[in-house]
Amino acid sequence: MSKHHITITINGKAHEADVESRLLLVHFLRENLNMTGTHIGCDTTSCGACTVQLNGKPVKSCTVLAVQADGMEIKTIEGLATNGKLHPIQEAFHEKHGLQCGFCTPGMLMTSSALLERNPHPTEDEIRHAISGNLCRCTGYMNIVKAVQYAADKMAEGGQNG
Amino acid sequence: MIPPSFDYVAPKTLSDAVAALGGNENAKILAGGQSLIPLMRFRLAGPTMLVDLTRVEGLSYIEEKDGWLRIGAMTRQSAVEHSELVNQKYSLLADTVKVLSDPVVRNLGTVGGNVANADPVNDEPATMLAYGAEVVAVGPQGERVIPISSFYLDLYQSALARDEILTEVRVPAPKPRSGGAYLKLERKVGDYATAAVAAQAELDGDDNFASVGIGLTNVGLTAIKATAAEEFLKGKAATDENFREAAKLAAEAAQPIADMRGSEEYKRSLVKTYTVRVLRLAVQRAKGG
Repeated sequence: MSKHHITITINGKAHEADVESRLLLVHFLRENLNMTGTHIGCDTTSCGACTVQLNGKPVKSCTVLAVQADGMEIKTIEGLATNGKLHPIQEAFHEKHGLQCGFCTPGMLMTSSALLERNPHPTEDEIRHAISGNLCRCTGYMNIVKAVQYAADKMAEGGQNG
Repeated sequence: MIPPSFDYVAPKTLSDAVAALGGNENAKILAGGQSLIPLMRFRLAGPTMLVDLTRVEGLSYIEEKDGWLRIGAMTRQSAVEHSELVNQKYSLLADTVKVLSDPVVRNLGTVGGNVANADPVNDEPATMLAYGAEVVAVGPQGERVIPISSFYLDLYQSALARDEILTEVRVPAPKPRSGGAYLKLERKVGDYATAAVAAQAELDGDDNFASVGIGLTNVGLTAIKATAAEEFLKGKAATDENFREAAKLAAEAAQPIADMRGSEEYKRSLVKTYTVRVLRLAVQRAKGG
């Protein structure tokens, strides 16, 4: 049925395409653009593995139509590192071993980096609340929480130095 | 899972949206999409056209005016969650939005969608019933205001005409010595309620109930206004004994069905327990505690 010409800015770069209205944003990323860092987990708006940032806010890209995002800005896991340097949240997940199988990790990073933008010094409760829409079946969340705290500290230090 | 094909329009004005909705009898409004898109993916809903309200100007706001809290239909749940005004004065709504789905879903989910969807699993319908809210609907004939108490007709059926769009939800500003609360049992964050109870209470100078509203989530085909419990409490003292009597009446008003979340008896019992607890909390807040 209806086809639409869309332009979506993804990680700072404009992407144009003609898409069917039923194309989901996560499929647009993974299949049209071959950006497979964003994962598909549950397919039911539950697990958050597909989380990307839409105009700065984490959303589940399996529950957004690509055409809805026309003209908007998307940030995916591929856009977190800048000039080959890991984002502090990426470093932190590595340092604190905030993952085991890694499947939830892209979504977890997109949600927790958005949290730190909004709230640079979250309490443990605030971290747990913020990531409660992202499921991890491996870690029991302990190291994920530690990683977010570590990233918050690193970013605060970086801010002071810079 | 991919939805069946459909047409999509994203009008910039409300009148264009009303015209698009009226022009196709299988069209549906797309608000935040957090209920509708999953339904379409499961092929439980198959509208042939979506009218996306995202680009319609002026549907996203939270403001107090003329004794009402006015919430634009496209206001995201996360905006309500972080609203200072809501957190300071509207404790029942503040409670509700914090347990509504999960924080990521709340970045897209809208108040208008949650209310207009007329799905008993949604949390805001019971809350709006407890508040005695109103909704504003706009159609080809213009605008009308519908009291929430006559809005929910049946499962997925509201008083909105097929070509009408819900544009605003209005919550009466709480009077002094008012308080409200929402208690929800969910198996995990993001789950629908096993059962949940909303209460909004206003006390008079003697600590008797000047008014009280009670709404029930996910224990019937629609959100339920526990009218008998409300009427029982009116004018009575805010005591545990009266809360327990009202809770019995609320449990009788519930019409739960057994499912993976529990048996009918369990859910009825939950409504009873949570009604007592939510009334205690609402009264405590009304007294300024």
